[in-house]
Amino acid sequence: MKIRVQREDFDLNAEVNALKRAFPAVGAIVAFAGVVRGSDRLSSLTLEHYPGMTEREIARHMEEAIARWPLLGVTVIHRIGELRPGDNIVLVAAAAEHRRTAFEATEFLMDYLKTRAPFWKHEAREGKSEWIDARDSDEAALTRWRED
Amino acid sequence: MMLLYFAWVRQKLGTGEEQIDVPPGVGTVRELAEHLHSRGGAFAEVFSDPKRLRAAVNQEYVIWDTPLETATEVAFFPPVTGG
Repeated sequence: MKIRVQREDFDLNAEVNALKRAFPAVGAIVAFAGVVRGSDRLSSLTLEHYPGMTEREIARHMEEAIARWPLLGVTVIHRIGELRPGDNIVLVAAAAEHRRTAFEATEFLMDYLKTRAPFWKHEAREGKSEWIDARDSDEAALTRWRED
Repeated sequence: MMLLYFAWVRQKLGTGEEQIDVPPGVGTVRELAEHLHSRGGAFAEVFSDPKRLRAAVNQEYVIWDTPLETATEVAFFPPVTGG
């Protein structure tokens, strides 16, 4: 389990290779990269977070993913600070023996990151800046993981 | 007790953290929010509609009726927008 909250960029290939090296039994790695969308004259996106709680929330949901699926390894890297269109925001990578496990765990972790990890986005476009509102569709995405 | 504010809550209040002594009669997160609302000004504005806010005690999400008993750190912030 690897969790990083950092200003620096990440290297998706390096993270995938690290999972391969760490787990020789791996047969499938799904790596998701969230990127700052270059739309509507966005000039920058700034991410704020709650140090301490962020890492705890991510760890809690990683542990839940590990309890639900036979995962070998999981990596979550979330960037903070000022980002530009095209910049990486978040990486979730899940390594497993089989692909379905890796796909599902990655989606599960992204759905929870979106709605529970304490990060906030502030965007600047055309000289105006505002905090982004939470989306109901992100909250709705969680319901499918709750059907036991 | 340490109070933390994030995102537009922090911006409107003009501060990200403060140390307070919990006043008598304030026993839950809701009562703490009501106390902060009673300060007036930006606090009255931010805490006028709790539905727009989320709260955490000791870095865990809580509901408004959660007792403050073991709270050393309470945070108020808007619904999150990361990922």
